[in-house]
Amino acid sequence: MGKQRTAVLGTGQTHHRAKRTDVSMPGLLREAVDRAMADAQVDWPDIDAVVLGKAPDLFEGVMMPELFLADALGANGKPLLRVHTAGSVGGSTALVAASLVQAGVHRRVLTVAFEKQSESNAMWALSILPPFQMPVGAGAGGYFAPHVRSYIRRSGAPEHVGAIVAAKDRRNGALNPFAHLRQPDITVESVRASQMLWDPIRYDETCPSSDGACAMVLGDETAGDAVPGGAAWIHATAMRTEPTTFAGRDQVNPQAGKDAAAALWREAGITDPLSQVDTAEIYVPFSWFEPMWLENLGFMPEGEGWKLTEAGETALGGRLPVNPSGGVLSSNPIGASGMLRFSEAAKQVMGRAGDYQVDGARTALGHAYGGGSQFFAMWVVGAAKP
Amino acid sequence: MNDVAVVGFAQAPAVRRTHATTNGVEMLVPIFAEVFEQTGLSKTDIGFWCSGSSDYLAGRAFSFIAAVDAIGAFPPIHESHVEMDAAWALYEAWLKIRMGEVDTALVYGFGKSSAGQLRRVLALQLDPYVLAPLWPDSIGIAGLQARLGIEAGLWSEKDLAEVAARNRRDARDNPFAQLSGDVDAAALLDTPYVADPLRAHDIAPVTDGAAVVVLASAERARDIVERPAVITGIEHRVDSPALGTRDLTRSPSTEAAGRAAGADASVEIAELHAPFTHQELIVRDALGLGDGVRVNPSGGTLTGNPMFSAGLIRIGEAARQILAGNARRTLAHATSGPALQQNLVAVLEKG
Repeated sequence: MGKQRTAVLGTGQTHHRAKRTDVSMPGLLREAVDRAMADAQVDWPDIDAVVLGKAPDLFEGVMMPELFLADALGANGKPLLRVHTAGSVGGSTALVAASLVQAGVHRRVLTVAFEKQSESNAMWALSILPPFQMPVGAGAGGYFAPHVRSYIRRSGAPEHVGAIVAAKDRRNGALNPFAHLRQPDITVESVRASQMLWDPIRYDETCPSSDGACAMVLGDETAGDAVPGGAAWIHATAMRTEPTTFAGRDQVNPQAGKDAAAALWREAGITDPLSQVDTAEIYVPFSWFEPMWLENLGFMPEGEGWKLTEAGETALGGRLPVNPSGGVLSSNPIGASGMLRFSEAAKQVMGRAGDYQVDGARTALGHAYGGGSQFFAMWVVGAAKP
Repeated sequence: MNDVAVVGFAQAPAVRRTHATTNGVEMLVPIFAEVFEQTGLSKTDIGFWCSGSSDYLAGRAFSFIAAVDAIGAFPPIHESHVEMDAAWALYEAWLKIRMGEVDTALVYGFGKSSAGQLRRVLALQLDPYVLAPLWPDSIGIAGLQARLGIEAGLWSEKDLAEVAARNRRDARDNPFAQLSGDVDAAALLDTPYVADPLRAHDIAPVTDGAAVVVLASAERARDIVERPAVITGIEHRVDSPALGTRDLTRSPSTEAAGRAAGADASVEIAELHAPFTHQELIVRDALGLGDGVRVNPSGGTLTGNPMFSAGLIRIGEAARQILAGNARRTLAHATSGPALQQNLVAVLEKG
């Protein structure tokens, strides 16, 4: 007996804001969890186990916060797991939760990911200098800007492509009632007129820093069959890791991402991702990562990802709508950002994406990456059973 | 679903302080080599990698990222990490083999407790709004737990000293132990309190260390070792974090996990993760282990407590007894959180 069929039964998320000082950490989590459980039409006795993910504990100033959150998560007397795999953690957490069902251990699992940076000081948390390691000293934007410059040089992409992504994602975010940034009137021109932060990344091409949480209820085949309107069935999952730095590493188009995508498409039986995938929620914290990941994921040949973006094919109504929810550029509760990608993909194939629903979405990708582009987690979900 | 077996185990010496970095690489590289030697496997044979560690112990964000350097992860690997003791990383790896996604996995845990003041660092696991600001440290909380048991007539200070003395005696045969020796329980009772009613011998030492376990599907395991230690049950549960609302002299999560994992008095050897003497008695009771069960022949956590691998080491030690032909059925227990809040139980049998 192999992997058991597993489905997303329901999803929920918080309203993402720079500072959610109106709620405690348990309060923030319960906002997402309660919505997910209502969406999945389950109650606490239906939940067999809880899997929590978040980025570094130093972001909130609590060591292993799942321990003090056990009460609020209804986990007492149940199994509780805590995942931490850098920025990809929201995706990895969903995959660990899926494993519990796929391995036939549990019938229904609650999974939740969050970040509440307003509890502490993330810049401080990231500024500790461990001995024997090269300091970055420039924040995430400073770290990734050279990769973006390298991408532009290698691909010959015109310089306004980044602004196209930013304007599209922020306009999509305006359709999403939970998004942190909602900017219906943003344009390519206004993005290009915003402050340059890390050349070539401008202020409007940068993700916000958000407090927020995301939750999902996953279930087995029987539970999935019972979802009114249809569950989101997991067709394939993949995770890959490579070291942060080594001589000859391609940081623009990392091998770990290529390997994960190849394994993912193989398991999902997808031979032509651009034709067979209806929409993709891709982890794009800085605008240029949309064309970069379109290539890394195999939607477009190397050096040509920007052409899909420039042609408007990644906008709602295009050939492959990317980040119809507004993506990381509209909301970035770090630990939850990956799970938001996974859950937004599920919402699309369940037909529950509201104003940013992609017409007829049957197959969707959820993608997350982390660290210095060395951790990757992804899944393919579909309206039909695998 | 596939059965899963332990086929390899290695640990770094438990020591008070290493000069290594907090990312564990210097402790991990030699023990990776050791399990590869034991199993005849190489890096490229491993289907899934999973680790357990803590950023707070290392005093930095993303400490596990640098630990990946110990692997040499190129070509890229299938890898994950839990911010928990690596016993729970083993649980995640067990899932991957069980569902048939991979047929081998390598699990590791590491921690350099000497980088900070452990008892104060662990206070940051408490509720950050109402409890942590008071800074009750981990030894103080364990002291309250021990006191409650004494007042309930469940154990005496002498009982606790006997637990300590037995573990120290057993550790004499464990080359990796940090503390060992032939000590007299009565003499231990003459030593001063550290956190009344706990004395130094009641408290696990502060330890730097690391460990690695290799898992394989039962089918693959037979090609790797003569006597694989098949995991016949592995379960974990958590209790409420509210210390004032649960009976600290019991461990319902251990009880429930043990029952679900198939723990009973028929196990020959049990390796229990008890960082305090009275906690060994609580766990032993929760698992219904009778006098016939040999508890902690390695000397247990009281003679070496490498944070985030001490639980994994219990599984490794329980498996080693089967791999070495000393036992047919053993049990391992791992704990996490203040006052035994979270517990995992695994039962292993000769495959």
